[in-house]
Amino acid sequence: MAVRQADFRARAQAALQDDNLRDALDKAKGGFVDKRASAILDLPGFETLRERGRQIKDHTLAHLDTYLETFEQNVERNGGQVHYAADAEAAREAVLAICRDASARQVIKAKTMAGEEVGLNEALEHEFETVESDLGEYIIQLAEEPPSHIIAPAVHKTRAEITALFDRHHHQREGGPLRETPDLVDEARGVLRQKFLGADIGISGANFLIAETGSIALVTNEGNADLSTSLPRVHIAIAGIEKLVPGLEEASSMLRLLARSATGQQITAYTTFITGARREADPDGPEEFHLVLLDNGRSRMLGDEFREMLRCIRCGACMNHCPVYSAIGGHAYGWVYPGPMGAVLTPMFQGLDKSRDLPNACTLNGRCQSVCPVKIRLPMLIRRLRDHEFEQRLTPTGTRWALQAWAWLARRPRLYQLATRSAGTVLRTLGKGRARRVPLAGAWTAARDLPLPSAGGTFQQRWRAARTSRGEQA
Amino acid sequence: MGEAATNAPRVGLFVTCLVDFFRPEVGFATVNLLESAGCHVDVPEAQTCCGQPAYNSGDLDDTRAIARQVIETFSAYDYVVVPSGSCAGQLHKYPELFAEDDDWHRRARDLVGRTWELLSFLTDVLAIDPPETPARGCFTYHDSCSGLRQLGIHGQPRQLLAGSPDIELREMDDSTVCCGFGGTFCVKYPEISERMVDEKIRNITATGADTLLGGDLGCLMNIAGRLQRQGKPVAVRHAAEVLAGQLDTPPIGARETD
Ligand code: SF4
Repeated sequence: MAVRQADFRARAQAALQDDNLRDALDKAKGGFVDKRASAILDLPGFETLRERGRQIKDHTLAHLDTYLETFEQNVERNGGQVHYAADAEAAREAVLAICRDASARQVIKAKTMAGEEVGLNEALEHEFETVESDLGEYIIQLAEEPPSHIIAPAVHKTRAEITALFDRHHHQREGGPLRETPDLVDEARGVLRQKFLGADIGISGANFLIAETGSIALVTNEGNADLSTSLPRVHIAIAGIEKLVPGLEEASSMLRLLARSATGQQITAYTTFITGARREADPDGPEEFHLVLLDNGRSRMLGDEFREMLRCIRCGACMNHCPVYSAIGGHAYGWVYPGPMGAVLTPMFQGLDKSRDLPNACTLNGRCQSVCPVKIRLPMLIRRLRDHEFEQRLTPTGTRWALQAWAWLARRPRLYQLATRSAGTVLRTLGKGRARRVPLAGAWTAARDLPLPSAGGTFQQRWRAARTSRGEQA
Repeated sequence: MGEAATNAPRVGLFVTCLVDFFRPEVGFATVNLLESAGCHVDVPEAQTCCGQPAYNSGDLDDTRAIARQVIETFSAYDYVVVPSGSCAGQLHKYPELFAEDDDWHRRARDLVGRTWELLSFLTDVLAIDPPETPARGCFTYHDSCSGLRQLGIHGQPRQLLAGSPDIELREMDDSTVCCGFGGTFCVKYPEISERMVDEKIRNITATGADTLLGGDLGCLMNIAGRLQRQGKPVAVRHAAEVLAGQLDTPPIGARETD
């Protein structure tokens, strides 16, 4: 999927004016945050578990080459095939080639963020009837929109909007009655059931790749992934190389972290371990199992200061707790990864020049880091990207100039103090008690009054005056 | 200015550029609190800003230059005290600026060991008894982000305010969620910032408190400016002003009576 970065501000602006979006975000925010908080209260050792999660991921990343090799051998031993994809195009090609080889006509997909990352849907839809089986993904597929949240892709849609979409696509009508959520779910189920039965290919992501067994772990709450991966003849899983963990033991620690951080559950409704294709004694399962391992910039990150971002398990907690995300929603971020994790990943995968706003549209308040199950220092990484922008001269010229002029002054305390004294007087005169319009402060005064400097001068000025008048040394 | 005993801790006050320029009263309240607790307070003249605007905009060379200046200026004090979690937090980040310079790295670490945000300094280092102030009314407290998450400041201001019998503290929902200030963020993305501060104000007004307190002037100016614009009658003050019993100046952003 192509990045739509250039107009971050415009999209954020539109989002702020969208009342439906606001309702949807308000509801989602409360739900995710409260559920996570209570799930964590129920697990006193959660902090220890977070530290363990961090260590597991760091250890795996430090030995990624060995674990990848073990994993590949084990997948093959179980009759599966591993395909390395260096970039998005290679990943799409690998998937398309498998589908063509299988003379496929219909593809059913479970949710995969790696698939979103490489724009798999657009590529598939040209040649194959492609249907999303995750309810949220299905909804945004009908709406022809990208996901706005990595766990709840259609979180921005209200019930009324979904009703209208279903009317249009299932009943070819407009203006049907508003339906309750369970009815909408049933309706989608009915449509999707047919698709499951007809599909030749099932595509899924993977939450974890388990080196020691060559298995993938998949979690969902709808069970759609199980159907997508067991009914069709061929199962293709696509996953980033950072999804590896050494063994089942580690996978189970990570699963406990993931469920609590993502949805506040102790465990998701369905947790499935898939090891290769169907074996002789198996009652069901696909004839072929393929795993597309996606690099797409990850191995470069392994070697640089952004490596810890590869610990990310895509739980969404950072965006659920991000007040900027809560204000503007996921689409404003312009690509498949929104919120704090997206503010790091999008520049990594798509280039900083195409996502200049993302690292800046952040107050560095640190709430994301405090909830991240693998303790990624998101604000540090986001701020670090600003260093790169400054170095690469991507920071707007006006900002650079103002910063450097200010810093020049800040390094000359005497001059600085003279300047602040007179600026205070000027501001007090200009503002005249009602600082609603102050030159050069338009961005501040658009929504706020500007509190004026107190009467009587700067602190330094008054402090020294007071000392002198009392004969102390200023 | 009582002459403190010779063994009194020597404190260098890092007044912060916002307090210096907009609200000197917070500086005087800080001095007052520190002196009452038996400190000898100095305000070195060669201070300007902690460098945060440069640091958070990726201008590392200027940040380093400012950091060196702060390190030199405050090298001789037992403690450096800052009436802002955000600026104290910035001083705490100096060592990482000098990863490749052993000498400055050592000096930066030394500064970090001596640098405290005001309210946590009063409780965690000086262990003062919460002052009994004449302040009265219903208060609510906003926890600014850097102080809270970087320096662990949460209980300290509440503990200090509990000494005043006529202060009722009502906690707001989401007191620990960002108010939308974010330094240059609020002028780079004013509309997003506005939505965030509105959310904060919703939580403030829901408590029915008549005064909002906090420990960071940036956040307080952001919230006060928006409250003023909306005509909401909530007074805004830095916690130091209240703790020092210094209530004669108008609240932040309030119009002065001519
Ligand atoms: S960065 Fe952390 S909190 Fe955000 S999605 Fe990744 S693992 Fe979850």
